[in-house]
Amino acid sequence: MINILSSILILAGVFFYLAGSIGLLRLPDLYSRLHALTKADNLGLGLLIAGVALHSQDLLIMLKLLLIWLAVLAASATSAHLIARQARRQETGS
Amino acid sequence: MNTASLLVFDGLLLLSIVGLAWASLATTDVRRSVILFMAFGLVLAVAWGRLLAPDVALAEAAIGAGLSGALLLAAALRQPRPLPPESTPPPRNHGTAGVGVVLRWAVTLLCTALAGTLAWALLHVFSSTPHDMLPGAISANLAASGVSNPVTALLLNFRAYDTLLELAVLLTAVLGIFTLGQANPGYQPAGPVFDGLVRWLVPVLILTAGYLLWVGAHAPGGAFQAGAMLAAAGVVLRLAGQSRIGLPQGFMLRLVMAAGVGLFLLVGFTLLILGRPFLGYPPAWAGTLILMIETAAMLSIATTLVLAFLGGRPEATGVKAAANRQCEQIPRC
Repeated sequence: MINILSSILILAGVFFYLAGSIGLLRLPDLYSRLHALTKADNLGLGLLIAGVALHSQDLLIMLKLLLIWLAVLAASATSAHLIARQARRQETGS
Repeated sequence: MNTASLLVFDGLLLLSIVGLAWASLATTDVRRSVILFMAFGLVLAVAWGRLLAPDVALAEAAIGAGLSGALLLAAALRQPRPLPPESTPPPRNHGTAGVGVVLRWAVTLLCTALAGTLAWALLHVFSSTPHDMLPGAISANLAASGVSNPVTALLLNFRAYDTLLELAVLLTAVLGIFTLGQANPGYQPAGPVFDGLVRWLVPVLILTAGYLLWVGAHAPGGAFQAGAMLAAAGVVLRLAGQSRIGLPQGFMLRLVMAAGVGLFLLVGFTLLILGRPFLGYPPAWAGTLILMIETAAMLSIATTLVLAFLGGRPEATGVKAAANRQCEQIPRC
């Protein structure tokens, strides 16, 4: 039962990663690409980590995985913001 | 997990390693090449993990992908960006182009011959000697090494001489960096979002470094991985526009730079005077000595890596230096 649930979570995570990657390749400009990549990948990683944590059934490993997710969330949100701001500054020429 | 799906995973891993290496070498844009190199390092770290070598995986991810990537990117940013393709001048006459082609093929041929020779030598070694000799020797003597992680036992005890020489190489590198003169003044101060990240990321990085140093005695970790974490904290501070980037100044900086080699030599010669072989720790003291040497080595490694990222002597920011700078601005001072 737990195995099935964790497989579903991991597959859902992989789906979001796939969607994010397709978005990165297919969307027209930098902002929409950033949007697709960070949002989809953060959700994908969250689902992936939830699936792996469920599979491990070990509280310490779950906590470590949660920490990894939080660190990636903060880092990816910040880097997306920095990239977008730099691009905006170059556009407006200020 | 069954073997067939693992085989597919390994195949994909190998393909992406070779593909990323090729892409990184084939692109003409230096920055793109560096980014691809970082991706290559991360996938390589996964491969080391698959080979059940978590120590090497950690080092590859932290130093190979992370810090080398940052160093290469910092170096690439100093290069002028290549002109877009439409504005590049047409190729010169065919004579030099022909020489270029011949040269490229000669280099390719030489590299292939070298790779073939290395592969042959590796195969020869693997087939002629029993390759479980070293692990056997280490596990037989692990109890006397002072640590329970065989990799740390090898690096800091059985082959401590090699690690001492590695640290000496790093010290030589940092002396070379110092001869490049003063580092660039750095980046503009970070905005509120990045600053918010830096405020909690840097303490977490320092904590992780301490953890990796301590855990190295009985699990994957150690001075090199911990030093890379500390250096990452320095790189983040530098990118966020902090001028001090956590480095001490003047004499203290030189002391920290030389601490790894210095403490190693001090311990080695003290043991020599006490009638033991050079770096032959007495088993009762081995654990403590290794932790002390690793702590000093971590500080030296981190300082070296941060100074390499700076690409020069750090700017002095003390009271005296500030007074000097003001003097430069006021002619009659």
